[in-house]
Amino acid sequence: MKLTLKIWRQKGPHVKGEFKTYVHEHVSPDMSFLEMLDVLNTELIKKGEEPIHFDHDCREGICGMCSLYINGRPHGPLQTTTCQLHMRSFKDGETITIEPWRAKPFPVIKDLVVDRSAFDRIQQSGGYISVNTGGAPDANEIPIPKKIADEAMDAATCIGCGACVAACKNASAMLFVAAKVSQLALLPQGHPERKERVERMVAQMDAEGFGACTNTRACEAECPKGISVAHIARMNREYYTAMLSSYELPSKAGGE
Amino acid sequence: MNNWFSRFLTSSLGKKLLMALTGLFLILFLVVHLSGNLQLLKNDGGRSFNIYAEFMSTNILIQTISKLNFTFILLHVLLSLYLTIQNRRARGSERYAVTSGKSSIWASRNMGVLGTLVLIFIVVHLRHFYGEMHFGSVPTVNYDGKEVRDLASVVDYWFSKDWYVALYVFSMGALGFHLWHGFVSAFQTLGLNHPKYNGLIFFVGKTFSVVVPALFAWIPIAMYFNI
Ligand code: HEM
Repeated sequence: MKLTLKIWRQKGPHVKGEFKTYVHEHVSPDMSFLEMLDVLNTELIKKGEEPIHFDHDCREGICGMCSLYINGRPHGPLQTTTCQLHMRSFKDGETITIEPWRAKPFPVIKDLVVDRSAFDRIQQSGGYISVNTGGAPDANEIPIPKKIADEAMDAATCIGCGACVAACKNASAMLFVAAKVSQLALLPQGHPERKERVERMVAQMDAEGFGACTNTRACEAECPKGISVAHIARMNREYYTAMLSSYELPSKAGGE
Repeated sequence: MNNWFSRFLTSSLGKKLLMALTGLFLILFLVVHLSGNLQLLKNDGGRSFNIYAEFMSTNILIQTISKLNFTFILLHVLLSLYLTIQNRRARGSERYAVTSGKSSIWASRNMGVLGTLVLIFIVVHLRHFYGEMHFGSVPTVNYDGKEVRDLASVVDYWFSKDWYVALYVFSMGALGFHLWHGFVSAFQTLGLNHPKYNGLIFFVGKTFSVVVPALFAWIPIAMYFNI
């Protein structure tokens, strides 16, 4: 296959970037999208040019590291991760535009690589549970209905890739935050911090500068793990209940 | 201003909750408004419509709800402006060169534009009808010894102008699209997303967004063509 690639090149975080066009003559339909870029990069290196920087790690669809906004869609035309997208999904002679995720909280580091540590900070603000030290508890000690466990598992499949933010017209992180809130709100282990968690994670999400939700459901349609916006509705419920009923700590709490 | 209540309502989710609640109130208002307007189609020289309009513009309770309604429209509009700007900013300084509309419906991506069209209509329409009724001079008619303002004649006047009828019908189209997304969306915002009720919300929402604007638009068409 022969492809024309319009790729976003940007030297660093505060430098103006631009599209550069590459003609790629050696594309096999069996290559993954990332392998196609690897081959292009090998050619660039041979010519003494700077290779195209892009994020990748496991290349088996479970780490959430690969990104790329391909022809107007995160992870390209299929609902999968870019590493699991193959060149057979494109036509010979096609022009493909490749851009980085675009969101104020995801600044470009270089070329197609963006800084997604805003997600880590949201996770750190509340996406944890308290576990007592001591002997390991029996795994089956707490009964959890199968349906609830499944629902929590669906939320837990979120790999934090950021496709939801990239897909959303508002660059909103609702689906990511909702998946993290939902996963722990559904399970008994998550209950001690339940209200505090959603309050803190939503506050952190807002502080990072992500947009609000318009319920366009583009996130759900583009999520490589198919996470449902039903989790966003759950997060909304969790948040309203928490805000209306959580215990406010007095501003001058004792102990200091 | 850092108490829990203001933090709640100024958060992204809180603002969206207010959008949904005011939106749903406006939906209720549409139902009441439509039931009044439909009386224009009665062949009684505007009598039942005039009696209804007189009642609505003089009853204390209705006037209180009306003030509340104005407040909610204002709140809905101001919040929508704020959210739309904030949401645009969240994308960052560089926007996408290529976007695909495949993963969401058109109406959902254009709520701001559709809302603005509705707002323009509301302003024009308030000036011609609400303004006349409350601050203008509407001729009166005598029904069984009671002087009642003849708002139906004002409506007749405007609905005989082709540009006005066209604006009216076009605006109802915009409202329809606004509601096509907005009705169902409001329930999702409230957190009401459950397999037991989703079907019902979807069905009522989509039907409402077609039928109500269509009935609103039918009135000027019928009066213009004397159907
Ligand atoms: C009768 C008039 C109106 C009705 C019944 C109505 C109803 C609604 C409803 C139900 C929603 C969905 C709320 C949600 O997603 O939770 C909505 C959203 C919205 N409305 Fe309206 N609306 C009206 C007028 C307006 C006007 C005049 C404007 C602005 C100029 C406007 C701008 C918006 C915007 C921008 C949104 C989407 C906000 C977002 O989530 O990003 N609406 N409306």
